[in-house]
Amino acid sequence: MAERLSKGGLLIDRDQPTTFTFNGDTLQGYEGDTVASALLANDRMLVGRSFKYHRPRGIMASGAEEPNALLGIGEGSRFEPNQRATTTELHDGMVTQSQNHWPSLETDVGALNAWVADKLPVFSAGFYYKTFLFPRVAWKHIYEPFIRKAAGLGKAPVEKDPDSYEHFHWHCDVLIAGGGIAGIVAARKAAEAGKRVLLVEQTAHWGGRALVDGDQIDGQSGPEWVAAQIAALQAMPNVTLRTRAMAAGLYDHGYALVYERVSDHRPGLTGAPRHRLWRVRTDQTIVATGAIERPLTFANNDMPGVMLASAARDYATLYGVLPGRKVIVYANNDDAYRTALTLHQDGAKIVAVLDVRAQAAGDLPQQAREAGILVRTSTGIAKAIGGKRVDEVQIGTIQGEKMTGREEYLSCDLVCVSGGWSPVVHLWSHCGGKLTWDDTAAMFRPDDSRPPTGGDGQAMTKCVGAANGVLQTTAILPDSMVRAPTEDVVQPHWFTPSRGKYAHGTKHFVDFQNDVTAADVRLAAREGYESVEHTKRYTTLGMATDQGKTSNINGLALLAGALDKQIPEVGTTTFRPPYTPISMGAITGSAKGPLFKAVRQTPMHGWHDTNGADWEPVGDWYRPFCYRRAGEDRHAAVNREVVNARRNVGLLDASTLGKIVVKGPDAGKFLDLLYTNMMSTLKQGRCRYGLMCTENGFLFDDGVVVRTGPEEFLCHTTSGGSDRVHAWMEEWLQTEWWDLKVATANVTDQWAQVAVAGPNARKVLEDAGCDVSLDKGSVKFMDYVEGTLAGCPVRIFRISFSGELSYEIATPAGYGMALWDALRAAGEPHGIMPYGTEALHIMRAEKGFIMIGDETDGTVTPQDLGLFFAISKKKTDYIGKRAQERSDLVRTGRKQLVGLMAEDPQMILPDGAHAVKRRREHVAMTTIGHVTSTYYSPILGHSIAMGLVENGLSRRGEWIDFSTGPGEFMRAQIVDPVFYDQAGEKQNV
Amino acid sequence: MSEAARPVAPLHGPVVDEPVYAPDPLIGIEPTGVYGMITLRGELGSEILEAAVDEAVGLKVPAALSVVSDGDARVVWMSLDELLLFTDYAETDAAVARISEQMGSAHHMALNVSDARAVIRLRGARVGEVLAKGAPCDCSDHGFPVGTARRTHMAGLAVAFWRLEPDVWEIVALRSYAHHLLAWLEQAAQPGSEVFA
Repeated sequence: MAERLSKGGLLIDRDQPTTFTFNGDTLQGYEGDTVASALLANDRMLVGRSFKYHRPRGIMASGAEEPNALLGIGEGSRFEPNQRATTTELHDGMVTQSQNHWPSLETDVGALNAWVADKLPVFSAGFYYKTFLFPRVAWKHIYEPFIRKAAGLGKAPVEKDPDSYEHFHWHCDVLIAGGGIAGIVAARKAAEAGKRVLLVEQTAHWGGRALVDGDQIDGQSGPEWVAAQIAALQAMPNVTLRTRAMAAGLYDHGYALVYERVSDHRPGLTGAPRHRLWRVRTDQTIVATGAIERPLTFANNDMPGVMLASAARDYATLYGVLPGRKVIVYANNDDAYRTALTLHQDGAKIVAVLDVRAQAAGDLPQQAREAGILVRTSTGIAKAIGGKRVDEVQIGTIQGEKMTGREEYLSCDLVCVSGGWSPVVHLWSHCGGKLTWDDTAAMFRPDDSRPPTGGDGQAMTKCVGAANGVLQTTAILPDSMVRAPTEDVVQPHWFTPSRGKYAHGTKHFVDFQNDVTAADVRLAAREGYESVEHTKRYTTLGMATDQGKTSNINGLALLAGALDKQIPEVGTTTFRPPYTPISMGAITGSAKGPLFKAVRQTPMHGWHDTNGADWEPVGDWYRPFCYRRAGEDRHAAVNREVVNARRNVGLLDASTLGKIVVKGPDAGKFLDLLYTNMMSTLKQGRCRYGLMCTENGFLFDDGVVVRTGPEEFLCHTTSGGSDRVHAWMEEWLQTEWWDLKVATANVTDQWAQVAVAGPNARKVLEDAGCDVSLDKGSVKFMDYVEGTLAGCPVRIFRISFSGELSYEIATPAGYGMALWDALRAAGEPHGIMPYGTEALHIMRAEKGFIMIGDETDGTVTPQDLGLFFAISKKKTDYIGKRAQERSDLVRTGRKQLVGLMAEDPQMILPDGAHAVKRRREHVAMTTIGHVTSTYYSPILGHSIAMGLVENGLSRRGEWIDFSTGPGEFMRAQIVDPVFYDQAGEKQNV
Repeated sequence: MSEAARPVAPLHGPVVDEPVYAPDPLIGIEPTGVYGMITLRGELGSEILEAAVDEAVGLKVPAALSVVSDGDARVVWMSLDELLLFTDYAETDAAVARISEQMGSAHHMALNVSDARAVIRLRGARVGEVLAKGAPCDCSDHGFPVGTARRTHMAGLAVAFWRLEPDVWEIVALRSYAHHLLAWLEQAAQPGSEVFA
């Protein structure tokens, strides 16, 4: 059984006992434990059920590579599924539970899957593809619900995450990923050369395997040496050290992401973010991420109690936990003997070391023999026997592909396996570094001749230590500094043959997390999957949350064997960031809750908010859709606002309107190129409506241009379009017309703007106190004047988007609220009411004015909209002119803007409804257009709409049908889009 | 005629839906009162523009990515052909006029944009640390010595910030976004969220 030793455990603090629960049972651990070490200390070998077959699974590893021990951690709003027990630090009061079991971990009905799988090829490679093709309906109603229930990992959390997250940008000369021996050595070297160094370590402690493997460095024990080195690094001002910080990804231009788990081990800590994502820009990255031990592939190798050899000695040395009392070590290399020696010293009985090699003559096997440990060479495990934990193993003599010799059984409660080591080359590969197969060491290692390169074409990354395939300390540090045993070479061993029904590999697990067996990989090969990328997808090998950390190389080697190819010929799959899953919260950073998205506010935003504003987003702005009074719904409020503006006077916060100043001797020439109409001829003090098109001739923004000076224009844009239009102007100026003497500035935020619209508009301005004469002769329609209004410096534009007598008044934003208040006060006797965007839209639609984004959708030209008055025929060029001469844009049959009157004037055509050529039932109909704007006009007492209809301009008076649902239609007549005041008299009073 | 109205500085008006943060942030976050600001675009290396800037605010044209200041006056480098000048709010139009007079017929743009941006003064030893939670540029002492100015982005916004003294920085953002920047700074400066002990 597994138990806590009475002494030892480098990382735990025995003075700090910690209580936690697992599946409701209260258990005890110590501060410094991982959830995995604490579970083992409580003899909890069974910690989960497997993905497809619901087989019992135990803890296999001690680090990030753990495939089995995925738990649900926390509860309520802090519940998180699929957390690796091996990398989760224990804290007091922690709640943990196993996953993928029903009704309980101990008694699981889903294990039936495994029983069935024994009889039928259920869930084997390609099972989904083959089985679920026919009949089609069965997938939806039978197979998918079954699989969803049967296969899977943790449950998604359902409550809102209460924690905060943040990003942190950091610049350095050298980023070093991994705080083991190689990383520490690299950090010292770079720091002493004066580089700014960031050294990150994914676990909570420094040292990596130096803490465990017993090598002496510089006359010190591993832990002593690590402590001294870290102290020296901490004393250097140019070095930044972070633990609990995993280099998750490396990208182009030396951009790296480091995932720091700030307070996972002390949840709810006030003010601290839970995770912090470091966004690092570095000149060089040194990958010192170590290596991952590979399991051996034998029958029932997934049984609880089968553990990686390095993990077993980690638990003993770091946490004082003996994972078993009767131990078998099964290996193809010398390193695993360290586990035998360590556990032996800690009081376990080492039943035997089984070595697949014919000879085991290195220093470590010799030490094992000297310690009285039985070493059996050319021997392998034919199968593990037991249930929820291993009880014994059947062993035999390995002769090539066969298990020979007599059937022999060894009793045990722990099997420590080691199939060699795979360098953690992920970061190297993320950014394009290539790998090479090292036949002697049986591993893929970084190919120094094909590194990831930086902007200068030089290598920007290098791997050191075990990540570079250098597994022994003597190869990292000078021989004179290290006292360590010499190790013999590993012997590649990818499949341990079995006997009887297991001989086919159906219980030889390769990918533990996704339940992929050796038989699956071989089946894929037989069925013609030659590429590892295809095999991966067919079998799901290496596709789970662990991304095949323990399974990729074993699977690859089996595939190569089945295809009778060499491993490098089969190739590797691609490593992609992140190295292990990182939280969505860390990616999001602070952009959640109130900081999710910046919302622009006008200077009058606060007033709107306290006066009934019913908000709608417009671009990045929030604008009042309408102002609701007590007892009013949206519709009633909108109608009241429209009628009041048309009968009395309305007030609109138009500050959101984009405003761009264009200035310079060539400003007129520049605007003539941007707008479809002529702007250079505009007189100072006058306004002109203009259209802007893309190079393809399609309308993308509109607005009123004002000439504010001899060389200065103010261009109004749509509320959502100011940034886009400004960028558009700058792009043309900087990349094409750099010879033009023109400067631009986006001054949208400089000005608050208020529209006063309605028959009483002039009276309101006069009563507010205006120092310029506003009578009809002085300030004409489309005039612009400067002055003072209600004590505020103002620019007054007599422009109208409602068709009423209307003034748009701009004042510096700081005066916006004062102007708004003054106009409301002056307007009170005249019946003034603020109105929102919906009233604005209704009034513009009543006048047939188009709205960018309603009547345009990126495929509509000004000609389609009948805006011929704003398209210059005289100009030799403007952006879009050439495109507008292309055959498709001048052909007949294009959709053109029309007004639409529903047959029943009280019915509103649905927005976006399609006009059909002919009414049909149950068959697809040819469409000839669609509704672009549709409203109820309270002033006209009927609905109005605009739409784009094929050849619309020449179809006035025709009746057409709009499809409004299956078998449902609405009839509407094509009419003039100007519904109200067609003579345009009201704005000219 | 009515009495002259008084301008309200950004972040000094009524507050809507602001999240509430702990009272003792890691850095001082102080929205300033109204400030005179001028956007000046033109040929930055030219003598005539140097003279115009001197005439307007009495300061030299800063080198790229830097700021010069004296009292409340500042000149901030914004791009290869753009400066942001700071002066007294009430003096801004006069300063713009002096620039235009000095520049004469030389092509330029000088605009009073005093109301377009909010200015927030940041104080304390941890300002760079807090800004680095949002801005991609190097905000460490090494990458951002006193006198540095950067136009960059943070909190999803276009911003510019500069360092006047070791512990005094200023940040500007467009007025309509200023409340968001303020809330972001308050969250990033929450006590307990220190990156470095």
